[in-house]
Amino acid sequence: MAELTPVERIKAQSRGLRGTIADSLQDAHTGSLRDDDQQLLRLHGSYQQDDRDIREERRQQKLEPLWRYMVRVRLPGGVATPAQWLALDAIAREHANGSLRLTTRQTFQFHGIAKNGLKPSMHTMHDALMDSIATCGDVNRNVMASSNPIESPAHAEVAEWAARLSEHLLPKTRAYYEIWLNGEKLEATPEHEPVYGTNFLPRKFKAAIALPPSNDVDIYTQDLGFIAIVEAGRLVGFNLTVGGGLGTTHGDATTHPRLANVAGFLAPEHLLAVAEAVVTTQRDFGDRTNRKHARLKYTIEDRGLEWFVSEVEKRAGIKLGAARPFAFDTHGDLFGWRQALDGTWHRTLRIPAGRIIDKDGLPWLTGLRAIATVHTGDFRCTANQNVTIAHVKSEDKASIEALIHHYRLDAAEGSYLARHALACVSMPTCPLGMAEAERYLPQLTTDVERLLAEHGLEDEPLSLRITGCPNGCARPYVAEIGLVGKALGRYNLHLGGDAVGSRLNVLYRENIDEATFHTVIGEFFAAWRQERTPGERFGDFLWRTKRLPG
Amino acid sequence: MSPPARLPVLPQQTLQLESLLSELDADSLRWVSGFVAGLAAERARQSGSSPAIPTAAVAAPAVAAPTASVTVLYASQTGNSRRVAEKLGSALQAAGLERTVVAAGDYSLKQLAAEQFLFVVSSTHGDGEPPDDARALLDALSSRRAPKLDKLAIAVLGLGDSSYPQFCATARILDERLVALGARRLIDRVECDVDFEGKAAQWIQQAVTTTSAALGATTATSVTASASVASSPATVVATREAPIAIEVAVNQRITARDSEKDVRHVELIVPEGQFPYQAGDALGLWLDNPAALVAEALAASGLDANESVSLDGITRPLGEWLSRHRELTRVARGLIERLAALSADEGVAALLKPDAAGTLRAKFKTWQVPDLLRRYPVQWTGERLVRALHPLSPRLYSIASAPEEVGEEVHVTVAVVDEVHEGQRHLGAVSGQIQVLEPGAQLRAFIEPNPRFRLPADAKTDVIMIGPGTGVAPFRGFVQARQAQAASGRNWLFFGGRRLDRDFLYQTEWLAALKKGALTRLDVAFSRDTAEKVYVQQRLREHGAELYQWLEAGAHVYVCGDAERMAPDVHASLIEIVATQGGRSPQDAEAYVAALVSARRYLRDVY
Repeated sequence: MAELTPVERIKAQSRGLRGTIADSLQDAHTGSLRDDDQQLLRLHGSYQQDDRDIREERRQQKLEPLWRYMVRVRLPGGVATPAQWLALDAIAREHANGSLRLTTRQTFQFHGIAKNGLKPSMHTMHDALMDSIATCGDVNRNVMASSNPIESPAHAEVAEWAARLSEHLLPKTRAYYEIWLNGEKLEATPEHEPVYGTNFLPRKFKAAIALPPSNDVDIYTQDLGFIAIVEAGRLVGFNLTVGGGLGTTHGDATTHPRLANVAGFLAPEHLLAVAEAVVTTQRDFGDRTNRKHARLKYTIEDRGLEWFVSEVEKRAGIKLGAARPFAFDTHGDLFGWRQALDGTWHRTLRIPAGRIIDKDGLPWLTGLRAIATVHTGDFRCTANQNVTIAHVKSEDKASIEALIHHYRLDAAEGSYLARHALACVSMPTCPLGMAEAERYLPQLTTDVERLLAEHGLEDEPLSLRITGCPNGCARPYVAEIGLVGKALGRYNLHLGGDAVGSRLNVLYRENIDEATFHTVIGEFFAAWRQERTPGERFGDFLWRTKRLPG
Repeated sequence: MSPPARLPVLPQQTLQLESLLSELDADSLRWVSGFVAGLAAERARQSGSSPAIPTAAVAAPAVAAPTASVTVLYASQTGNSRRVAEKLGSALQAAGLERTVVAAGDYSLKQLAAEQFLFVVSSTHGDGEPPDDARALLDALSSRRAPKLDKLAIAVLGLGDSSYPQFCATARILDERLVALGARRLIDRVECDVDFEGKAAQWIQQAVTTTSAALGATTATSVTASASVASSPATVVATREAPIAIEVAVNQRITARDSEKDVRHVELIVPEGQFPYQAGDALGLWLDNPAALVAEALAASGLDANESVSLDGITRPLGEWLSRHRELTRVARGLIERLAALSADEGVAALLKPDAAGTLRAKFKTWQVPDLLRRYPVQWTGERLVRALHPLSPRLYSIASAPEEVGEEVHVTVAVVDEVHEGQRHLGAVSGQIQVLEPGAQLRAFIEPNPRFRLPADAKTDVIMIGPGTGVAPFRGFVQARQAQAASGRNWLFFGGRRLDRDFLYQTEWLAALKKGALTRLDVAFSRDTAEKVYVQQRLREHGAELYQWLEAGAHVYVCGDAERMAPDVHASLIEIVATQGGRSPQDAEAYVAALVSARRYLRDVY
């Protein structure tokens, strides 16, 4: 048998994810953690990163990289109270880089926290009933759930299930409390982990619950998914999906994005048992010798879906029923004011790349703080890096709207393209980034809008997603136009996603520069304008006219 | 062992010498060195030639001298007193007088009791602080064991800074104490300000003449205290008086872009053999004053750069005086005195009153010459102005490299002085120019030896290095040297600065050294990273138990950096640690630390 990866050794020896993180935090001569602790830190919800813009400059200055920490909040279903918002806002200003970033997994992350700012940040979260446990690393991450609560009763139930699923799959170790919250030190052997064992999972694991007709959570890209089945206004159960995942590695043909399979139907009361069965099957059969082949999607491909489902059924002690019918109509967000069945109002704000910051005359961090101070409902982070001010009472709608306007929080609600584009963080923060993403997004959308306008297509729905590396954080492989970074200024161009995220796009051109991208896309836009059927979307058009390989 | 280049001995003779000496033990060799030195003095007297061996070589105990013994004793912190003492030593030798030049730290009461002629050169630091070397001697002279000195003739020269109230206090105490013990003053005590060279040269002259007369020596020749006496004519090593131009290879800022401080790591390429140095030495740099500063001084004084000014027989245009020969960034007391005499403004005279000493000291730190010229406009002449200013001195920077590691290079760490005082931007006369040096630029430089600040001879000895800010510079050299020696002794570094992210000088090198074991321990204090300011002395106390164990195991302690606050605080912390960890009374702890100083195990290079 092949050798286990080094990360497996680190997890196994970590004494329940403790490692020597506490000692690392005491190392005053560096802003870094010790090597092994950097790996373990992920399971506490944080990545060690550095400011890549000044990495070389600091090397010449004989200074270590400007080590900083990204901290990701655990926020099942993306729901935050105004009090929690204010706590997060305080962390952003006092310990992070003055911004809150909405992720594609319905939560917030902070960038730029120094080592000595970690503990205070965790404390502030804890005081507001939040944590960052298991939001990164080889474990089940933040559980997503469809965010726009228009179908109020079903949505509330779905959000509740997301929270229960998150709790159920949470590691049992008290290490987080010991290290970050000055909890009592464990003297004896580490806690028993019934779901994870000593080595946790072979690789990251992502779970979500979709509430049709919205597929905002991109359910097909998740390792584990539940599609809520609502009949006569009542949640009757879920279709189980397994084996989605987008991460790939450039130049490694054995890696590829994969959409999940719909495996069957289950009643709500079996959700936790089935989820645990999926996780433990992956725990026991996932590949721990090659991290590029360790996601659930490869376990299923290697052993077959049938085997996998029967293993899950055996472990959960139930038989899955036949999948129930469902229909998605979008995987984007719904903007503007919308009234839910319970009469309250929801307003989703467009936040490009999810970056909430006071910048360029747009005081968004300040504005949302002002709203959080008076808001009586809650906030919903969407899966598409936006935020919904949810459950606004009718009588408060005008005053909230006035605040939105005053702080120019409606400034980014331009074209469909601009409202729906996604970008990962990439440079200068993410150590994996090979090309710009978030910082390039404004220019990119402006350029594509211009090309659309040249053909009178400026109002057409079109999804555009860009990432700085092939790991797929902004889910570029299900976009109609996906750009995946190869090097500074160079991207792989993927084309052909659909409107609801149920079709993978394909690699159309490799390693192209901006000018080539403009030429290729411009020509396709011209053809789309000429040859489309009424209402035909760009991705569908490219497939129908056989302009894409395969 | 191969002979050094340009040895004033023929190769054949070298071989013979080596075969003769190879069988002798250390004590015998020491005796031979004194014996040979005596022979040399005798021959020099016969031929009237100037000495061809550097004075330092004669510092070993001499054999019974044929004439009365003359000892030149120095207590030096930065090397100035040592240099003056060595010049006096050379001048005495040139006059045919037998003499020993010795550091106060190596000098005992027993030797003192047998002395006939004693010349003392001592500096004073800060407000009345003695050099570390002098502490034990001061204590001994005040003790009940101090001998009667009825037969002793003395002359004391003090070096100091008149901006401090306790100006030349160490020299004064030594002088008064020696007289109280019965010594007779051969020359009245002379106290020199920071521009000590002129007065010191006169004192040397007088010392030689008086001693020769007292001993009735007939061969005393007229000597000058010029530099050529001290340096060996056989070598071409760069000296303070005869610097050699060297080339800048690297000028790299080593503080982060958002640091308040611009600290430069400068690598210079030195010609082979002309810059012999060891880790711990300093590099002296001679730079002209920046043209802008000269122009400011001229404008503020209303004088013309072309005015011809003669002083002590030297005639130069005023512009040249100001650019190459006078300090414009360091204010002399003489300037204040001159202004007080010329100005109707009573403010300036008030500065000279004793109760204004504190204010004056603060002002010395912030004022540059043009500030004062502007503030108190008076009728200047070129000669008045030149007389009122300090002679230009070189800037000394602790060398941050070890030749074993970097070969024919010298690295220095330079903090750029760039401050705004009372609305005026003050750029350091030298550091401001270093800031913008491009590779390829040439600088006139020399090595300033610092024999008081050396690694332990025994590589098994542990070292504790305390160097916040640019005080860490020599320790970079130390760690390089210890690695080159494959020293088995442990190395512990304390560093301090404002912020970890911005001001940790040579951070990546220290981290690498820690990883490969070249540093055993690294403890840091960053004052602005926490709500309460933390300094190195606090880290010392936190690790007091271990630090005390190191001391007990024979560790040497080195302190480099700020003399005003850091060094005294570190000193106090050491005493506290010894008291606490060793269960000693405060007095015993002080004695323990004093003994470290005497044993040369607690060495400081502070400024």
